[in-house]
Amino acid sequence: MSTLEVRNLVKDFKVRGGLRRSTLRAVNGVSFTLEAGRTVAVVGESGSGKSTVARMIAQLETPTEGQILLDGAPIGRRGRALAAYRHQVQMVFQDPFASLNPYHVVEHHLTRPLKIHGVARGKEVRPAVHALLERVNLTPPELYAAKRPHEMSGGQRQRIAIARALAPGARFLVADEPVSMLDVSIRLGVLNLLARLQREENLGVLYITHDLATARHFSDEIVVMYRGDVVEQGPSDEVILDPQHDYTKTLLAAAPEPSRHGRLRGEVRAELAGQAAAGYEVYPATW
Amino acid sequence: MTDRPRLTLRLAGHGKLVVGLAIVAAIALFAIVGPMLTQNPRSSDNPALLPPQPGHWLGTTSLGYDVLAQLAEGARGSLLVGVVAGSLAIVLSLVFGVVAGYTRGWADEGLSLITNVMLVIPGLPLMIVVASYLQVRSLWVVALILGATAWPGSAIVLRFQARSLRNRDYVSAARVAGERTPRILLVEILPNLLPLLTAQFLFAVVLAILGEAGLSYLGLGPNGSITWGTMLNEAQGGSALTRGAWWWFIPPGLLIAVLGCALSLVNFSIDEVINPRLRQAPAAARSVRKARKAGLDITAYDGGDGPAAVPAVGVSAPLGDEPREKVQA
Ligand SMILES: Nc1ncnc2c1ncn2[C@@H]1O[C@H](COP(=O)(O)OP(=O)(O)O)[C@@H](O)[C@H]1O
Ligand SMILES: [Mg+2]
Repeated sequence: MSTLEVRNLVKDFKVRGGLRRSTLRAVNGVSFTLEAGRTVAVVGESGSGKSTVARMIAQLETPTEGQILLDGAPIGRRGRALAAYRHQVQMVFQDPFASLNPYHVVEHHLTRPLKIHGVARGKEVRPAVHALLERVNLTPPELYAAKRPHEMSGGQRQRIAIARALAPGARFLVADEPVSMLDVSIRLGVLNLLARLQREENLGVLYITHDLATARHFSDEIVVMYRGDVVEQGPSDEVILDPQHDYTKTLLAAAPEPSRHGRLRGEVRAELAGQAAAGYEVYPATW
Repeated sequence: MTDRPRLTLRLAGHGKLVVGLAIVAAIALFAIVGPMLTQNPRSSDNPALLPPQPGHWLGTTSLGYDVLAQLAEGARGSLLVGVVAGSLAIVLSLVFGVVAGYTRGWADEGLSLITNVMLVIPGLPLMIVVASYLQVRSLWVVALILGATAWPGSAIVLRFQARSLRNRDYVSAARVAGERTPRILLVEILPNLLPLLTAQFLFAVVLAILGEAGLSYLGLGPNGSITWGTMLNEAQGGSALTRGAWWWFIPPGLLIAVLGCALSLVNFSIDEVINPRLRQAPAAARSVRKARKAGLDITAYDGGDGPAAVPAVGVSAPLGDEPREKVQA
């Protein structure tokens, strides 16, 4: 059974404000374990450190403290060990308008990981690209392979980003708010696609979101973060049905029910504004 | 690009670019073909100071050289200096700008330091000192001097640009995919700098041609070669102005000015054509204009916060952040 475990992750950023230098603790002691076939959700408002956790796991940032263990062994940070890690752990970014290179066609974005990780060579590459596109429901694949990012909608771009993350044949997937930049009406479609791919590949998924409702629906365990700290952590149903921490309750009250996915922004804003009085600042910034 | 028809279609909407390219092409053609059709530019067998006439369409100099022949040979020299110096400047500014911008640590610090030092050393005096120090200056040496002093400005622009591109999600995504640094620089970042690089290259070419003319005018140009600059220098030495031999100094001066203007015209309009996100912009703008004429109220293309009625049209952002709109799936 393969596992990806993070232990007590801490990240400090140096920030320069005017002449003074200070450090900002973006993540303060986060621990959880990802297992094949299971989903852990990290939930929290904007600025609570979720993306920083994701970027540390994707080895885009180095943790200030703490450890990341793949199958029980500390991960390698350079050279072959890093390449081997990237083969196992992939990431989908939040903003599909920024995560695809505007200069390159879709085929380039999918060909590279296939070649880098030796998944396909020579004549196998093009069929492999087409197969990936079909798996994320972009058909006919020939049409999409030739497109540039700006010729596609947000949902289509995010499907490309998901296909790219699948290309190396990873066992773990970090999805950083994969639908928050998408139109409300298509969010569920992309999430269901992710869930289907997870089942097919038996992936361990880290699902980052600010939306407790989808976190409950799609994940087994929930980690609630607030300003870098983990305020609550446990099996999804327990966290949702019996929240212990005030901040979780606030988030919960602000979260839309799955049946109310199509609500207007204004309603949510108003609701969140009311919740803010409860003592926590809740920014509906990612809506 | 393989898609020729689309290229011509794209050029159709760009008057400035077409005019600029046409002039540059005409001058380049003159440089290539001209010397074959004119007499030997170094033959002084002609009568001195002939005004323009059949046989000597641009007259002759005080030493009996044919001005048209010298102009054609000089076009070769000036363009060669411009292109060589421009290329060298771009290569140097890529190394000192893009590499410094993308990497962190000692490579960044070292390259930035050299750039900053080069930037504060004034270019023209340095060129004059180096050029006067060298007794024998071939065309190539002059081009190298010009190129080696022309890069720090663009290197700094490229450094900031690369620094901003380094933090783009698509660069992070390439790293997560396992791409190595050299390939990220060449394949993921460089193409997005292409509009900027083209502009800088053309600017460096203009600057080098003007710089060569300046050095030659001061008598510090290439020895033994003919350029528009050495022609001006000789015209000055031969008192062309006081003798009223306008045909001697006006053609090279005019060609320098015209080439400079044409390259600048290309420069101003190149971004729209190269930038993939702006490619559809002219067509979309036209359709918006048409719709306006038809009395429809369309606010999208004005770059306000209005609804994105025209999909995938970047609100012109040549260098800065990517345009972002929420697009319905
Ligand atoms: N590279 C960085 N340098 C300085 N501060 C950063 C950096 N990245 C993130 N931060 C800060 O860390 C905090 C957490 O950010 P982030 O992880 O993006 O939160 P989230 O994804 O939950 O919105 C924020 O206050 C943010 O400003
Ligand atoms: Mg985030």
